[in-house]
Amino acid sequence: MTELTTMDAAALAVEIAAGRVSAVEVALAHLDRIAAVDDKVHAFLHIDHDGALAAARAVDERRATGEELGPLAGVPLAMKDVVVTRGLPSTSGSQILRGWIPPYDATVTRRVLDAGIVMLGKTNMDEFAMGSSTENSAYGPSHNPWDLDRIPGGSSGGSSAAVSAYEAPLGIGTDTGGSIRQPAAVTGLVGHKPTYGGVSRYGLIAFSSSLDQAGPLSRTVLDAALLHEVIGGHDPADSTSIDAPVPAVVAAARDGARADLSGLRIGVVQELSGDGYESGVLDRFSDAVRLLTELGATITEVSCPHFGYALPAYYLIAPSECSSNLARFDAVRYGLRVGDDGVRGLEEVMSLTREAGFGAEVKRRIILGTYALSSGYYDAYYGQAQKVRTLISRDFAAGFKTCDVLVSPTTPTVAFPLGARVDDPMAMYAADLCTLPASLAGTPAISVPCGLSEGLPVGLQVMAPALADDRCYRVAAAVEAAVAGRDGQPILAAAPSL
Amino acid sequence: MSAVLSAYDDVITRYAPVIGLETHVELGTVSKMFCGCSTSFGGEPNTQVCPVCLGLPGALPVANAGAIEATIRIGLALNCSIASWCRFARKNYFYPDMPKNFQISQYDEPLCTDGWVDVRLAGVVHRIEIERVHLEEDTGKSLHVGGATGRIHGATHSLVDFNRAGIPLVEIVTKPVAGTGAQAPEVARAYVTELRDILRTLGVSDVRMEQGSLRCDVNTSLSTVDSEVWGTRTETKNVNSLRSVERAVRSEMIRQAAVLDAGERVIQETRHFHENSGESTAGRSKEEATDYRYFPEPDLVPLAPAAEWIEQLRGTLPELPSTRRQRLQASWNLSDPEMDALANAGALDLIEATVAAGAPAEDARKWWLGDLSRRANEAGLELGELPVTPAQVAQLAGLVTAGRVNDKLARQALSGVLAGEGSPEEVVAARGLEVVSDTGALGTAVDEAIAAAPDIAAKVRGGKTAAAGALVGAVMTATRGQADARVVRELILARLTQN
Ligand SMILES: [Zn+2]
Repeated sequence: MTELTTMDAAALAVEIAAGRVSAVEVALAHLDRIAAVDDKVHAFLHIDHDGALAAARAVDERRATGEELGPLAGVPLAMKDVVVTRGLPSTSGSQILRGWIPPYDATVTRRVLDAGIVMLGKTNMDEFAMGSSTENSAYGPSHNPWDLDRIPGGSSGGSSAAVSAYEAPLGIGTDTGGSIRQPAAVTGLVGHKPTYGGVSRYGLIAFSSSLDQAGPLSRTVLDAALLHEVIGGHDPADSTSIDAPVPAVVAAARDGARADLSGLRIGVVQELSGDGYESGVLDRFSDAVRLLTELGATITEVSCPHFGYALPAYYLIAPSECSSNLARFDAVRYGLRVGDDGVRGLEEVMSLTREAGFGAEVKRRIILGTYALSSGYYDAYYGQAQKVRTLISRDFAAGFKTCDVLVSPTTPTVAFPLGARVDDPMAMYAADLCTLPASLAGTPAISVPCGLSEGLPVGLQVMAPALADDRCYRVAAAVEAAVAGRDGQPILAAAPSL
Repeated sequence: MSAVLSAYDDVITRYAPVIGLETHVELGTVSKMFCGCSTSFGGEPNTQVCPVCLGLPGALPVANAGAIEATIRIGLALNCSIASWCRFARKNYFYPDMPKNFQISQYDEPLCTDGWVDVRLAGVVHRIEIERVHLEEDTGKSLHVGGATGRIHGATHSLVDFNRAGIPLVEIVTKPVAGTGAQAPEVARAYVTELRDILRTLGVSDVRMEQGSLRCDVNTSLSTVDSEVWGTRTETKNVNSLRSVERAVRSEMIRQAAVLDAGERVIQETRHFHENSGESTAGRSKEEATDYRYFPEPDLVPLAPAAEWIEQLRGTLPELPSTRRQRLQASWNLSDPEMDALANAGALDLIEATVAAGAPAEDARKWWLGDLSRRANEAGLELGELPVTPAQVAQLAGLVTAGRVNDKLARQALSGVLAGEGSPEEVVAARGLEVVSDTGALGTAVDEAIAAAPDIAAKVRGGKTAAAGALVGAVMTATRGQADARVVRELILARLTQN
């Protein structure tokens, strides 16, 4: 590990822009780091050595001609494999897309590349983003750099493992029910789920269309904000994309770093604590709330009575949408094809391909969703779940009448051991208890490290109203600064070296 | 033919039909429903495709505003209510020519509802109620290779062309149409004709049934004439011409009657119409139909057309066919049944164009409804498909009016035009059809005829001018019909009665 791999993105960009280090050197340092540690971490499914160096060279050439570079030009990034990349494998963690090379770029990919960010490769994930541990990846799990026998979270666990293992300073994740925030929390990173529609979904291999959102993972709040500004903003190719300016998240992160939250009204969500929450997690959460008070915020307790229904509602809506979204994987046009021997008929080839190509969790959800959408059951399941969604939005609206942001632990527990929950889907689903409400409401939420429990990181979740992503960043930056002041170092500095 | 007719006549004495029509119209927008690909017909397979219409992972739809506008205009022209808020829905089923294995369509929130259209048949108005008009995307097209018939059975493999996938498709569904009795097949045809004319007038589609830009599914059921309860319906697909709409209803009525007469029950099923035989064969049974698991399309925002916009579209609708018909009927001075016959024969545009090319309305009507209709029927073509232009028909009528050909020669000239020999003028010249009205040339023939029949000539001289007909006939025979009979008669009378 060199100095270049421990630097954060903002600092690296400054060094590159000033010509004190070349983008190629930065890329090589990170590729070397990947070569050194990724056999232990298994963050990456595909490393684009040549593409990364070419992109880095292009940045160096632009700098040499005196061109002004963007705020993240030359900084390496780990891209979640659910995001489509032209000419690079994009499997979404599934066998069924093994070997598929997309002919186009996702909008997120395009914006990252246009910003001069150097994409190192594609990161591991739970298959089609369904899971909280990467154990549902068809290509084997990733490992938490804090403890290689533990999960790095999921579904964006490859990106969280890569950034926390210093293989890249930036990662792109996607969050459907918590898949950015939970991996960030359990690996000691910052992870933000933007307001639904804040970042284009064009080119994200869809899991649940009404919930999916891409967002940043990084080691600092400012880095997350810088990446958010690169990928955010209206995209005419995504009809659900919001036609409004990106919230001023970078300014908010800088403002928050002054660690002054005077006058800010913060609500603690009562329902996101209690049974099922580890005492160490609740203790760190209490510490964080105390810290917020010291920073000048006023704290009130807020009740969100329908948050308890978020989990069942989510496990009807997301599987329903995925049962339809994943229907396209049928062996006709791309991806895996099994049993096409010239004798078997089309229907049989489709069945055999889907049987072989999808993992157990994906099948479980397709079956669940197919059932929930069936005629005669639609109203009782999908319809009811949508009503719960409305009620959860109302809970948020009520909370935001009296509070600027709401806070909770990001996850009920610290990173659990690999294998501990693979046979218990309900226990696995519980990892997303705190993150699901903001997903269902389409509101922004960030996870920022706030302490350690049993030597493992604990995340604080900050939730804001739709389009007020800047509030998340401001509070997170204040917490980040206060925690570093309190502990004398950032949380991630406590991680063991690999 | 007579056997079929009598079977049909027998059916309608005992059974009452209820029909319903589902029509799919490919809109003529420049780009597809949810992406920027071209909609033009006949491109090399899979050249008008992109990640969106191929359903590639990650691709997202964006609704085509022009298609939404066209659908609202259709709804307005069909007297529908336009939804102030509605959504697209996913219709889920697996089919290889459907890239996403779901179709973006509309389900319980169609864009247009509760309209009507009047069709007139032999002076009687039939109001066809419209249940809904909604917008969806078309599928690709499968091509089955290796079998003898081009159908999936016997094929060794299949190819899929996705050029058509994602072309905007408007579905127009009628409410059940009852009470039309023996006229049900003609009402069905008249409705589709009217709909086609409305769509063409709106300029939203090229409405070419043979290219599939207008496709019709026909629902038919029978109940006994005294029954209050409607029978089980079947849905006949693959009905690819106006003529077939009529034939499909008629043949299905006869088929269902035979089933019911045998004491069996009609199975609710999809049937495929065969253009050549005029019969249908059973397809998928609806009783084992798939559950489409509709749900609101989460990738698209709801449609919420503003009331002012709808009013603006209403205000700029073109003159619709029914209004135009009233105007033309008055200007052509036709009775209701005459006008209906003309409209139902699909001759309105042709006659208007023929009149515009200079022919009197009565002549234009006579040609298109008479000779040309008969020839179209014989050839199994629509009137408009005959290889003759309205301008040529007008020229033909002009030749008759000018006395340059008589009716019989004009029909011969028409045959030449239809055979591709050129314009009526050219055919008349080439075939030498022009009537001989040159009195000098005819004079000899007349003199010979008089000389050959002195007894008849004497009668005419004696004042029995009616007897001159025999002499005219003789001259016509001698000139092989090419003389102008009117002129011949004048010449004969001039010779026998003046001096
Ligand atoms: Zn396309």
